[in-house]
Amino acid sequence: MGVKRILRHSAWICWKDLLEFSRSKLRVVMVVLMPLFMMMMVGFIFPTGDSISQQPVALANQDLVVNGTSLGDNFVVQLEAVNNLTGMMDLRNATDFDDIKSMIQEGKVSGGIIVPPTFTSDILAGRQGNITIMTDQSNPQMSAMIQSVLTQVIEQLGSQMAELNLNQTYGISLDQTPAVLMPYNVELKGIVPGDPNYFEFVAPGIMAMVVMMSLMTGLPHAISYERDMGTLDGMLAAPTSRWAIILGKVMAQSTTGLIQGFIILLLSVLLFGVSIHGSILLVLLLILLTVFSFVGLGILITSFADKEETATMVMMTLMFPMMFLSGVFFPIQQMPSFMQSLANVLPLTYAADAMRKVMVLGADFQAIFTDVVVLAVFGSVLLAIAVPLFKRAMSR
Amino acid sequence: MSDIAISATNLTKKFKDFTAVDHVSFEVKKGEVFGLLGPNGAGKSTAIRMLATLSVPTEGSATVAGFDVRKEDAKVREHIGLVSEKLIMYDELTARENLKLFGKLYDVPNDVLDKRLSKLLDFVRMQQWADHRIDTFSTGMKQRINVIRALVNQPEILFLDEPTLGLDPQSTAEVRELVRRINIENRTTIILTTHMMTEADMLCDRIGIMDHGKIVALDTSAGLKRSITGTDATLFEFEIPNLDSNVLSSVKSLASVSSVVQDDPTHIKVSSVGSDSFDVLVDALRKSGAQIRTVRNLEPTLEDVFLKITGHEVRDSVANAPAPKHLGGPKGWRPKNRVR
Repeated sequence: MGVKRILRHSAWICWKDLLEFSRSKLRVVMVVLMPLFMMMMVGFIFPTGDSISQQPVALANQDLVVNGTSLGDNFVVQLEAVNNLTGMMDLRNATDFDDIKSMIQEGKVSGGIIVPPTFTSDILAGRQGNITIMTDQSNPQMSAMIQSVLTQVIEQLGSQMAELNLNQTYGISLDQTPAVLMPYNVELKGIVPGDPNYFEFVAPGIMAMVVMMSLMTGLPHAISYERDMGTLDGMLAAPTSRWAIILGKVMAQSTTGLIQGFIILLLSVLLFGVSIHGSILLVLLLILLTVFSFVGLGILITSFADKEETATMVMMTLMFPMMFLSGVFFPIQQMPSFMQSLANVLPLTYAADAMRKVMVLGADFQAIFTDVVVLAVFGSVLLAIAVPLFKRAMSR
Repeated sequence: MSDIAISATNLTKKFKDFTAVDHVSFEVKKGEVFGLLGPNGAGKSTAIRMLATLSVPTEGSATVAGFDVRKEDAKVREHIGLVSEKLIMYDELTARENLKLFGKLYDVPNDVLDKRLSKLLDFVRMQQWADHRIDTFSTGMKQRINVIRALVNQPEILFLDEPTLGLDPQSTAEVRELVRRINIENRTTIILTTHMMTEADMLCDRIGIMDHGKIVALDTSAGLKRSITGTDATLFEFEIPNLDSNVLSSVKSLASVSSVVQDDPTHIKVSSVGSDSFDVLVDALRKSGAQIRTVRNLEPTLEDVFLKITGHEVRDSVANAPAPKHLGGPKGWRPKNRVR
């Protein structure tokens, strides 16, 4: 059967699918809303440093006055001054460890600071003044956040104090004290302009993911549904190649996937301040390659699943691990090594990686060559397995 | 050119250890309406699916329109149309869009397709509804479009798998009429499956009775009935209130009458031969002064034929049938009952 004929038939099947799709207003709305929800979700649920504000934190100043001076009081005043600037904490008064413990248990505060009774006397005696930070262990994310914020604030206060001491004790001018105290300074510089932004990390991955989801949910659904309804028989009984049916369905699903991908691209740029540094053409090529790499898997599920419900279940089971393991939301480098090796066999990992390199870092084709090869090989191998199985499943 | 449209030889389909169709052989002549009659689960649909290249036979062979269903399946598909027990139509599309899609899949050129669709829509009086969505149609309208959808490629052979299943009486009558018209006006060979005796009787030139995957009898309706009575005679039962010896002897003296049995004071059973035997009988009875209150034709029905041949009633075998596998689809899946 001629290639032209297959293409013509698949175009008609795609036309049919898209026409059916466009007649359902709700489905059209969902295609637009889904990427928006996705971006909002990943953009706002994960904690970032500057998203913390007015966290209730208990403060117990137990410092004892020595010779009329209380360095603990000084510390509290400075802490409050810093906090007024940043607005990160909502400081509440507490008496001691047990008081803060019960406040954390009751959920009134997310953490606590204790200035111990020996604070002033220790410092005056030339020892370090200890500050205790209490955290809510039932909430590791929040606990880590409070810990890092307080550590920063306290370090800052400490170095201010040290600078003052250096100035007063050794007569070093305040311009020079930072260099004495911290001889090394770190300056952040990315390879493209602008500050790092979580959306820049997550948007390319989500684009790859949405294309994957569109195919993985859409393809088995489109074919199994028609088989359950009996309409697939109409196409199978026509002198149409099985390839044309697969291709037509893939084209229709890819179209909706592409539309969603572009909505994400648009939202990222317009609403979330992502700037695209790479070539749009390369992004398009990657989207098509992502489609190709998942087609085989979609067809494979369709061939194995006897009906639509089964197909949906199998697909969900496969899709969720892929979503979370492929470095779309979290860098895979953060994961334990066995999870990393698992991530390394998932095609979405490569699709997201390549998409990110091109979009955020402006990489060229050469830089993503490995990803491209992996995706192409994965797609070809699965397609080679899936198509004969599909043909067999269709003639049972 | 041979006058054989379909020829099946030892056609067999096994699903795991269940044999849905068991070494079935038959021929369908061109222009004929051929029926596969049998209970649910008898293997009719599976047989039709194999002939329509939707299912690959486990064993045996078949040629459809002169092409082998295994080796030349693409050629077979060009020459057939399929009306399945489930509607092959997309609800969100209009009638014309549905027909157009399938026309395109059969590579019908645009200008030809437009004319053909117009003719087909006229054929079922649906021209004015052509641009309305399928899901706005009544059951009968849907089925009319469903049937002409199978005709967009002007098939030589039309497969109808339970075309009236789940239809109301009016739509059923409409579809049967349509089938007859397609057969007569287009000279289309038709092979249909049904579990309804009357449908087979009304529509089919020849009927193959299927039970448990086998064709247990194959003949014309009359032939099948004759096979169980053993004669050409037709049996009538008359109820005559003023039955007397004069009436009885007038009937007995007729040349066409082979036997007369009196059951009770008012009923007689008459067995007579010949196509005009009923007219002759009635004339003779009227002449003898008999008042005929009721008359019944005791001719055997296909139901009787089925019972005699298989040893069980149609309804019995529904219960006995290995239920989920009869539909001929891939293992385990059953069609959702689509609302017609």
